[in-house]
Amino acid sequence: MPENTPLLSVRDLSKTYQAASGPVEAIGSITFDVRPGELVCIVGPSGCGKTTLLKCLAGLLAPTSGSVTLDGAEVREPPKKMALVFQEYGRSLYPWLTVRDNVALPLKARGVPKAERQALVERAVEEVGLGHAMTTYPWQLSGGMQQRVAIARAVAYQPEILVMDEPFAAVDAQTRADLEDLVRRVWKDLGVTVLFVTHDIDESVYLGERVLVLSSSPTFVQEDLTVDLPAERDQLTTRALPRFTELRTHVYEQIQRAKRGEAVAATP
Amino acid sequence: MSTVRRSLTSVGYAAGLPVLLVLAWALATRGTANLYYPAPSRVLDAFVSTWLAPATLTRDVLPSLGRFGIGVLLAITIGVVAGTAIGATPWLRALLEPMLEFFRAIPPVVLVPVLMLLLGIDDTMRLAVIVSGSVWPVLLNTIEGVRGTDPVLTDTSRSYRVRGALAYRYVVLPAASPQIMAGVRLCLSIGLILMVISEMFAASAGLGYQIVYFQRQYMIPEMWAGILLLGLIGVAVAAVFQLVERRVLHWYHGSREVARA
Ligand SMILES: Nc1ncnc2c1ncn2[C@@H]1O[C@H](COP(=O)(O)OP(=O)(O)O)[C@@H](O)[C@H]1O
Ligand SMILES: [Mg+2]
Repeated sequence: MPENTPLLSVRDLSKTYQAASGPVEAIGSITFDVRPGELVCIVGPSGCGKTTLLKCLAGLLAPTSGSVTLDGAEVREPPKKMALVFQEYGRSLYPWLTVRDNVALPLKARGVPKAERQALVERAVEEVGLGHAMTTYPWQLSGGMQQRVAIARAVAYQPEILVMDEPFAAVDAQTRADLEDLVRRVWKDLGVTVLFVTHDIDESVYLGERVLVLSSSPTFVQEDLTVDLPAERDQLTTRALPRFTELRTHVYEQIQRAKRGEAVAATP
Repeated sequence: MSTVRRSLTSVGYAAGLPVLLVLAWALATRGTANLYYPAPSRVLDAFVSTWLAPATLTRDVLPSLGRFGIGVLLAITIGVVAGTAIGATPWLRALLEPMLEFFRAIPPVVLVPVLMLLLGIDDTMRLAVIVSGSVWPVLLNTIEGVRGTDPVLTDTSRSYRVRGALAYRYVVLPAASPQIMAGVRLCLSIGLILMVISEMFAASAGLGYQIVYFQRQYMIPEMWAGILLLGLIGVAVAAVFQLVERRVLHWYHGSREVARA
């Protein structure tokens, strides 16, 4: 596929929930593209519809209008080429399966032969640094380790696009820094496209090659920003760069403007 | 060493009260020849000579246990299969649930005469009594368990395209298993009761029939021995259930312990 055709294409996507108390307009209208191999962060305030957006991308929820296209085909059900890491990581792991079986189940569903499956599972679990925990159960692990299992499951699935919903919102600062570097490493090593959702401005700038800033509800893309930081990121030196500070200040201001309702259409 | 002592202590606790009760019973019946309250030694004699006699075992006890076993296995299978189907299908659930609650509310015992009319008096009728009375807790609990599956887990399975038989085996059943097992526990005790009751009407053999027969013949120690046997069967069934439950739900108990700590 040529570099500039998008892998993922979102067009005028909107979602209104029909709740018991009446309609809730979660997403106004969102349009953006993700090219193959990109690492894009989506940042927006809590409740602005980030999870809703991802569920629509992942074929788990039908949009009210608009379309999602992955690799040229419209998404109507969960696509084969996408792996999802959920916000509620603890609840997304099967508590009755060991770490190994949690990672292996999607591969089994895809019909990957046993030997190959085992190799994939082992490599992915090693990759996230949990080789010693293969036969433990998720609930025996700390929150950060559970999130690693969820990442290993996504990695072993060999997706073309890895979609993560605020994966580190609930872990402590040190674990979070480690996991952020893990995501960068996985992105580089596997050449997978990554869509990373967060409400944390610093995280979006540190991780992303590109940041999409969402407005508050009803949501649209407030800004599409290229992060021109060096490719080698480091928790201490990168965050100390003047450019890092500029970028995060910029994103912060955009979000403040969005909250005040100074809606501006996305500027490239 | 200390584990040995701990298990001895727990056996002591478990056996302590029964031993005391039997002692009290022995003291109370000492020297009297009351027909209705035989001494424990006489009940024990009757237990060995009647209930453990090969003829009684093969004619009454084992067939009863067989009906009980087949009956509860059928009830569990029907309850789990139908329950997962209904639990996973919202319109089916909405359609059936009020009716299921109605059937559950009917005391199973009244089904005996009805089923006698419908099916005649034979083993099929007795099995039908056990199944139709003990299927409800499994069925309703399975529906509840499937419905209560964490939506995050359901979404996870959908997004990784885990479906069909694989999803049934690795997601739907285990997610509902804590509720299913609670239903099975009830199913077993209702099943045992119905096994006895189904043999009290128009029967010529079986545990329930023999107990009633001994009572009518004023063979009181034999009657008490039959009740003792029923109690022992109940205890054995509960012990087997507990073993199976520990294995099936080890992840559930484990995660709850972690959550509490
Ligand atoms: N199932 C639902 N039914 C009704 N409203 C919902 C539902 N899910 C989310 N919402 C509402 O949609 C908005 C966006 O939610 P969400 O996508 O979870 O935001 P975020 O992930 O950015 O925090 C919120 O106002 C939320 O209350
Ligand atoms: Mg969210």
